[in-house]
Amino acid sequence: MYNVTCDVAIVGGGPAGLSAAVAAKKEGAKKVLIIERDESIGGILQQCLHPGFGLTYFKEELTGPEYAGRFAKEAIELGVEFLLNSMVLEVDNANNAVICVNKEYGMTQVTASSIILAMGCRERTRANIMIPGSRPAGVYTAGSAQRLVNRQNEMVGKKVVILGSGDIGMIMARRMTLEGAKVLAVIELNDFLAGLTRNKVQCLDDFGIPLYLSHTITKIDGYQRVEGIHFAKVDEKKKPIPETEQFIECDTLLLSVGLIPENELTRKAEIKMNRITNGPEVNQYMQTSAGNIFACGNVVHVNDLVDNVTTESQKAGRFAAQYAMNTLPETVKTAQSVTGSNVRYLCPQSVDISEKNETISLYFRVLQPELDVTLVAKSGGTIIAKKKRPRVNPGEMEHIEFQTKDICDENVTVEVVKEG
Amino acid sequence: MTKEIICTVCPMGCHITVDGEGDTILSVTGFTCKRGEQYASTEFAHPVRILTTTIRTDNEKNPLVPVRSAKPIPKEKVMDCMKVIRTYQAKAPIQTYDVLIENICDTGVDIVATGTLD
Repeated sequence: MYNVTCDVAIVGGGPAGLSAAVAAKKEGAKKVLIIERDESIGGILQQCLHPGFGLTYFKEELTGPEYAGRFAKEAIELGVEFLLNSMVLEVDNANNAVICVNKEYGMTQVTASSIILAMGCRERTRANIMIPGSRPAGVYTAGSAQRLVNRQNEMVGKKVVILGSGDIGMIMARRMTLEGAKVLAVIELNDFLAGLTRNKVQCLDDFGIPLYLSHTITKIDGYQRVEGIHFAKVDEKKKPIPETEQFIECDTLLLSVGLIPENELTRKAEIKMNRITNGPEVNQYMQTSAGNIFACGNVVHVNDLVDNVTTESQKAGRFAAQYAMNTLPETVKTAQSVTGSNVRYLCPQSVDISEKNETISLYFRVLQPELDVTLVAKSGGTIIAKKKRPRVNPGEMEHIEFQTKDICDENVTVEVVKEG
Repeated sequence: MTKEIICTVCPMGCHITVDGEGDTILSVTGFTCKRGEQYASTEFAHPVRILTTTIRTDNEKNPLVPVRSAKPIPKEKVMDCMKVIRTYQAKAPIQTYDVLIENICDTGVDIVATGTLD
C-alpha cells in the first residue's frame, strides 16, 4: 500500500475542506493534505453558478465558482497539498489513518496527527420520499441535473416539473428556463416556501413559473421516459385530496427535497453521532468524540449559507492544527448544550472549558417561525447572553455568543422566548 | 400604476407598495429599512439582475466555463443576452474575471469568466 504522512489530513475539498486547510496552514501545521474524490477542488460550489455567496464573509456578492476559487487560490499559495481522484474508504482512528483508493497509486494510507471530516452532504432521492408510479428515465435530483447542465454541458430535459421549493430547486427552475426549457410547475408539500424569498422572486416570479404550495406529486407516468406527473392538493395531515388531482405533461422531474449529511465514514469510525443533525457531535473546537478527528461544514449540520460553513471550518482547521502540534487548550470541565423552548438543535453540542476564557458561538435552528423574540442562553439559572430578533424561521440558522467564564454549571440552555 | 414588490435585500421579505409612472415614483410604503426603500424604487423603475450562465469552451474535458455579467443588467434583456452568449465559444487559457464578451446587447456590461480554464 502507498503511504503518505502529514500533520492534518482533510477528507473533502469543498468549501469546508478548503477553509479548514487554509486555517490549519495559517495556524502553523506544516503538511496539510486534502483528499478529494472529484478531479478538481471546490466541491458543489463549482456547479453553483448563481450569485448570493459571500455576502457576510466577503461583504460582496459572489458566484459559487468565485467563492470557491478564492479559497482554492489561497490554499495553493499556502502550500496545501491535494490528493485528487481519491475516494476515502475508511477513517481508521486507532491508527490515525485515512484509507483511500487513488486512480494513480491504488490503495493509499494517509497517516495524520489529526483528521478533519469535511464530506458535506448529499441529496434525498426519489427512493427517500417514495413517489408511486413507474420508473422511467428523466427523474433527477436537482443537484445532479445542475452538475450535468452547468459542468458537463448535458441538457436534462425540455418540459420540466420541480418537486420541492428548496433553493436548489428554484435555482434550477431559472437555470433550465435560461437554457431554453419550459418549467411548468414547482410543487411544494408544505404551506410555506422551503427556500429563500429572494429565490422565489428572482427564479420563479421573474419567469412566470407557477408555485403550488400544499401540493404533492401522486404518481409519475412514463415507460422509458417520463411522460407526465399527477399532482394534488394535500390536507392538513399532508395527505393528497383525490378530487384535486391534476395532470401535467412533462419529460423531466427534478427533486429538491432535502439534504442528508454524508456520514458513512463517521459512523464506521464509531464517532458519537447526533440524531437530530445526523452529523457527529462536536465541541467548540469542532472536535468529535474521537479526539484526533475534527469535523466541519454540512457533514456536521446542513447550513444555509456557505459563509457560516467557512467560519465553522476555520475553527476546525485551526484547532486540528493545534491538536497536531499539541497546543490545544487543556480541558478543565465540559458543559453540555441543552435545547430549550423552540430550539431544534444546538451546535456545538458541548463546550470544553479551559483555564483561559473563550467566546463561544452556539448555532441553532428554531422549530417554529416566530416574530419578535429574544434568544436567551442560561447557565445555572443565570442569563449569560441574550439578543433580540425581529423574526426567526426554521430555514435560517441563528446563533448566540457567550463567554466560557460565565458558565456556572454543567449545562448551557438556549431558548427562544416570545416578547411580552 | 401601483406595484407590490417583495423585497429581496434580506430574508425578512417585506411587501413594499410603490406607486408611480415610468421613472417617476410618487410613493413607497411598507418598507422597514432604507435599503428596502431603495430596492423597491429601483425594482419599480428599472429592475436589474446579475446574469450567470456558462459559455462553451474548446476544451473536451471541461466543455463549459462559468460566467456572469460584471454588473447587473436590465431584467428585460436577460433572454436576449442568453441568445448571444449561446453563440460564443471561449478559448483556453481563461482566468477568473477575463472579459469573454464585451458590452453584451449594448447594455454597457461585459460578460466575464467566474472560473478558470488551463
